[in-house]
Amino acid sequence: MADPILDIRDLSKSFGGLKATDGVSLDLRAGEIHALIGPNGAGKTTLIHQISGGLRPDAGSIRFLGQDVLGLGVAARARLGLGRTFQISSLALEFSALRNVMLAVQGRQGSSFRFFANVMADTSLTEPAMAALDRVGLAGRAAVPAAELSHGERRQLEIAIALALGSRALLLDEPMAGMGQEGSRALTRLLDALRAEAPILLVEHDMDAVFALADRISVLVYGRIVASGAVEDIRNNPDVRQAYLGASA
Amino acid sequence: MRREGLLNLVLALLLLALPFAAQMLGEPFYVTLATRMAILALAAVGLNLALGFGGLVSFGHAAFFGIGGYAAGILASHAFNAEPLLGLPGTDQMPVIWLVAALVCALVALPIGAISLRTSGVYFIMITLAFAQMVYYFAVSWPAYGGEDGLSITVRNGFPGLNTANPLSFFLVCYAVLMAALVLMWRIRDSRFGAALQAARQNDTRVAAIGIRPYHIRLAAFVISAVVTGIAGALFADLNRFVSPSMMSWQMSGELIVLIILGGTGRLFGPVAGAILYVLLEFALGGLTERWQFFLGFILLGVVLFARGGIIGVLAGKARHG
Ligand SMILES: Nc1ncnc2c1ncn2[C@@H]1O[C@H](COP(=O)(O)OP(=O)(O)OP(=O)(O)O)[C@@H](O)[C@H]1O
Ligand SMILES: [Mg+2]
Repeated sequence: MADPILDIRDLSKSFGGLKATDGVSLDLRAGEIHALIGPNGAGKTTLIHQISGGLRPDAGSIRFLGQDVLGLGVAARARLGLGRTFQISSLALEFSALRNVMLAVQGRQGSSFRFFANVMADTSLTEPAMAALDRVGLAGRAAVPAAELSHGERRQLEIAIALALGSRALLLDEPMAGMGQEGSRALTRLLDALRAEAPILLVEHDMDAVFALADRISVLVYGRIVASGAVEDIRNNPDVRQAYLGASA
Repeated sequence: MRREGLLNLVLALLLLALPFAAQMLGEPFYVTLATRMAILALAAVGLNLALGFGGLVSFGHAAFFGIGGYAAGILASHAFNAEPLLGLPGTDQMPVIWLVAALVCALVALPIGAISLRTSGVYFIMITLAFAQMVYYFAVSWPAYGGEDGLSITVRNGFPGLNTANPLSFFLVCYAVLMAALVLMWRIRDSRFGAALQAARQNDTRVAAIGIRPYHIRLAAFVISAVVTGIAGALFADLNRFVSPSMMSWQMSGELIVLIILGGTGRLFGPVAGAILYVLLEFALGGLTERWQFFLGFILLGVVLFARGGIIGVLAGKARHG
């Protein structure tokens, strides 16, 4: 089998006495959606932070596209192609949706030291940005400041930004949260199509979406992976049912 | 946006008309007043790039204002006394002085910014203040150029083809530099660099997540900002034909911040509106009472409490970014 796009080995991170990540090994292969589920406070977001570079693990390794990325900062990992969305939307709120995505295109092109040309007249920024907005269904809201977008629209915008970055892998932290039924369904369709472009590590509480999308599921409890495997195995795993799925399975 | 453009045009024309009106009314003093407005506006236009667009509250920009002033004073005194400076002759030509002021400001701003930008918030304010105080005390204790007493410029420095001793000509020089700086800021604001800078002010986590390092963007903005304020300093020294450490005092840094807040933080013409109002108040109230700053305090309080966007915000509404 081909090398995984993202390969995490024996990752550990403690906050004081709390082991938020406890010997986690996990990989992401081309073309797949790997869902990471687990109860609140299990350490899912903490894991995403370590992969994207905002938090330094205490031990373990993270390889992306065959390269050790532990020494790289957030911006450098993003330029390599690690795209992420935030559990709590993180946008330039005064900027329009379009300008938020344009900034990502700009980041991808690696050309922020240009001082004179007007960005709004630069089709190498506006066109890919518009295309990304269109893919998430936000084209009609392109000119609206991010601050005036609804909660669900902001989640869509986060995805558009990750798309515009041309990411080689996507780390999505609860993209469905607060989306509403219609939005969740549309997003599920989008992610389904997206996996061919970039594999997705999907942190999600919405089990319908997880079961519909995931090729594999890993279950994180108290910082440890307690089970990992195909959707059916996880669905029927008694430990998992007890630890996490509870009534919803 | 169109309303703001119109307002900017009115402000630009108003400032331009003022000295001509003064000349016609036979009140040459008002020409000086208008020149003061243009120069303070220019200094604040520089600071506005860091503070307004970048959200970097530098409380040390007076250092660059003063460095620009000393560049003018020192070069002029060497030219006047025909003493070489580091093996080169001095100069009484403004374009050369501005170039030197810009270079020195950039060289000083680079390490100050590189260190200060490792911090943020209150720490950034304090560390920029600390650096400016260091520069201030350096000027005070450097006897070669007058130390605490400052340095006089015997004859106002020249500009090719103009008689700068004529107040109106000198005003026009200052006004032209101000307009050039505004055009530069206008381009920067709408450029890729400006987009990254303004986005970093709004959310630097987001900017890093898309692969742009906010630190580099901010450092470049800080240096450009210092250079513009430094050139204003050179003009200010020529206006007063005098430069002293007081140009570098923390009060001066505070004044520049006040100008921007009055006019409209992060608005292209905010510093212009702020400088016009500030100099008018200084003149009108300063004539009535020594403690005019007491009233300025009230006005500032009103702006901060009720009109966050300053003059531009009140007259042109909220900023819209494309
Ligand atoms: N910076 C921090 N300092 C100390 N403790 C932290 C920090 N960040 C997270 N934690 C703790 O680490 C644990 C894991 O948090 P994390 O946010 O990763 O959980 P999560 O699985 O994403 O939860 P949720 O489903 O609620 O988003 C929690 O107990 C949290 O309180
Ligand atoms: Mg979380």
